[in-house]
Amino acid sequence: MRRSLVVVWLALLAALPFTTLVLPGLLPGPVNSPGSLQLLALCLVFAGFAVTYDLLFGHTGLLSFGHALYVAAGSYTVNIAVTRLHLGWPVALACAAAVGLVLPLALGAVALRVRGIAFAMVTLAFAQVGSILVLSARITGGEEGLSLVDIPAPVAGVANTANLYWLALAYLVVVVGVVHWSIRSEPGRVWRALGDNELRVTVLGLSPYRFRLLSYVLSAFLATAGGVVHLLLLGGSTPQITTSAFTVGLLVMTVLGGAGSRWGALLGGILYTYLDQRLAGLAGSTAVAGLPAALRLPLSQPQFLLGALFVLVVFFLPGGLAGLGRHLPGFAGLSRRWRRA
Amino acid sequence: MSTLVLLTLTGLGLGALYFLVASGLSLIFGLADVLNFAHGLFLAVGAYGTWWTGRHLPYPAAVGCGVAAGAVLAVLVELTMIRPLYGRPMRQVLVTVGLAAAGIALLSAVWGTDPVPVAKPRWAAGTTHLLGATVPNDRFLLIGAALAVLAALLLFLRRSRYGLVVRAGVEDRSMVTALGIDVRIAFTLVFAIGGAAAALAGGLAATYFGSITPGLGGTMLLFAFIVVVIGGMGSVIGSALAAALVGLVQQFANYYAAAGVGEASAVLLLAVVLLVRPGGLAGRPA
Amino acid sequence: MKELLVVEDLDVRIGGSHILQGVSFAVPASGVTALLGRNGAGKTTTLRAVLGLVPRTGSVRFAGTELTGLRTHRIVRQRIGYAPEDRGVFAGLTVAANLRLAERDRRPLYDLVYELFPELRTRAAQRAGTLSGGQQQMLALARALLNDNRMLLVDEPTKGLAPRVVTEVAAVLQRAAATVPTLLVEQNLAVVRRLTDRVVVLDQGRVVHTGSLPSSPDRLRTLLGVGA
Repeated sequence: MRRSLVVVWLALLAALPFTTLVLPGLLPGPVNSPGSLQLLALCLVFAGFAVTYDLLFGHTGLLSFGHALYVAAGSYTVNIAVTRLHLGWPVALACAAAVGLVLPLALGAVALRVRGIAFAMVTLAFAQVGSILVLSARITGGEEGLSLVDIPAPVAGVANTANLYWLALAYLVVVVGVVHWSIRSEPGRVWRALGDNELRVTVLGLSPYRFRLLSYVLSAFLATAGGVVHLLLLGGSTPQITTSAFTVGLLVMTVLGGAGSRWGALLGGILYTYLDQRLAGLAGSTAVAGLPAALRLPLSQPQFLLGALFVLVVFFLPGGLAGLGRHLPGFAGLSRRWRRA
Repeated sequence: MSTLVLLTLTGLGLGALYFLVASGLSLIFGLADVLNFAHGLFLAVGAYGTWWTGRHLPYPAAVGCGVAAGAVLAVLVELTMIRPLYGRPMRQVLVTVGLAAAGIALLSAVWGTDPVPVAKPRWAAGTTHLLGATVPNDRFLLIGAALAVLAALLLFLRRSRYGLVVRAGVEDRSMVTALGIDVRIAFTLVFAIGGAAAALAGGLAATYFGSITPGLGGTMLLFAFIVVVIGGMGSVIGSALAAALVGLVQQFANYYAAAGVGEASAVLLLAVVLLVRPGGLAGRPA
Repeated sequence: MKELLVVEDLDVRIGGSHILQGVSFAVPASGVTALLGRNGAGKTTTLRAVLGLVPRTGSVRFAGTELTGLRTHRIVRQRIGYAPEDRGVFAGLTVAANLRLAERDRRPLYDLVYELFPELRTRAAQRAGTLSGGQQQMLALARALLNDNRMLLVDEPTKGLAPRVVTEVAAVLQRAAATVPTLLVEQNLAVVRRLTDRVVVLDQGRVVHTGSLPSSPDRLRTLLGVGA
């Protein structure tokens, strides 16, 4: 998409909390109502997560099953620091930043010593250990999670949902900006080359390991930052964000939108999160309740619809939704992949 | 001493479940290069199938129905979703991911996400005295079933023609086709075997845990992956040994350390093995 | 002489490399045809392309049947035997199991195979991975000869073998080729000369010479980059 178009979209998104537009069925209330803004903000945050995941998977070719660990690290670190240890917010944020750098550096250095399926399994293993730790330790609140106690004033309370929305938007903008910039940079081209032809990279005297590690740490750091935003948005941390199911959700978002394409992951993240949240509401609606069981039962489960949609996309549209853009003249820019080195 | 006996048998019982799930997974990955996330779904189908028919049929028949359901589902999945994507392993893996999510959601839709209590057959609810310990009989059920499946698999692999095809295909798939053998039939076969074994694990797990949820397959699947990696892809004996190891480590660590340490140890064991010997204990080198 | 295998415009791309660039040649219905060329010329790829083990465009007609639309196992069931470059024996299986797997016909030619390779009978229970290079080559050839094939594709059977073993392998090939037309990839010119006078020479994915094996060392050096 041309830069001017991007700016237009950004302006539109930023202006949403000011409109009282009503979209019946699509949103729970007028666009600027807290419920709708909360939903939209969640979509934006997950779009950001998906973009960080796409950097790793779609662009550098690393299939990770442990990305959730870093989101959880961001959320739980700040939460514990503020709620349990009563450190101030600045200190908590600094801790999160440190964790967001050191943790992926340590884990990635180990995991990246193997490739392919082995790498996927190792990342799964690390995330699983994290999940177990969160579930069993008392400081994390265990199975019930941990509510955030000291929410900063600007984003506290229902009246300030718009500020949370803008925070989520800002996060997405930063993630997209950083990821797009890094992909265009020198290391970015090496990442792309690693996916295609590792031998060429080695022959050039570059170390694939170092570049992969760089991609891994950058992607994880951005995810950790998003974890903090997620914490604020939800007002707490739950163990659900440590699970491999969470990471698989990010994988689905990325592939749905189009892995490795410029805007695919973003679109996939928004669409998936929206459907996941709204379809759950649809299940309880009177329209669905009246259907015969054979239809009602599958429709009452968002994960069924999303899983089925995902299977269809993998089968018939491997380039994801962004790949559709190739067939629609106005949206051709969406499917454009990154230019090769 | 009696604690030791109980822990060992419980650990082996758990290992038996892991082996049942892992054996099929290992063959599927070793032969067809498919990382089958839908394996947990086969397990869940087996569990619910066993429970549902178990309300009307005697226990062995109910388990048989569950196993049949798992096998049939696995064959359908292979024919309609995996085979068309032959040669594109990443898409095959993704398809199994989507299928698992959709399938488990469907089970939740029909039977809810709350645990469904499952009645134990009377003899499985009883206990036996062994070396001073009182051991619940269901442990022996699990171990016995796993040993039987292990024997059957080895017999199949060593003695039958298709077993030979599978063993050769795990080593070098394209050479098998160059000998004039349609290796795709072997793919469907290992899916059927894997589906049946996983469904058996589901049926037995229903008895062992006393209740089932649609997500039962998910936790089991993770440990099955661990077992497959440690034991080596494509090796049934490797899976058996690794399953016993993981089950025992988990039981003992959970008891002597703290709850959760067992699972964490198993997972760390996976990471260590992958880093030191990516091919696993008995499988192909890297 | 009738042509058994007709290859036309065979084109193969793998990765970014254009390995075969429109290869055309024919294999007659008797005797040995040698496929020669430097390393990387595309000889192995040609055999694999005939069998459909790599994606290819072009035409491959075997006894009148077009092979390019068929899967590999169906192509092989047209009664084509194959001994690949890396031997392709299944290391974890015994010698007997390797042979059993290769059986295609109702009456496999075990008598012939054990006559040519008596060691395979004595080592039947031995794991193929523990055989020596020469023994593995014998096993690979045995698998190809076990069935009543209409054509054999043999890829560098003497590679890496001791001179005495090379002679044995050449003798076996000579005997086999008496009844079954063979397309042989081989770098050892002495072996080639012993078996045939008909060659197809590849260079960088193209056919550069068909016909008799040239006798002049200069010509050979130009074609193959080596002396006689």
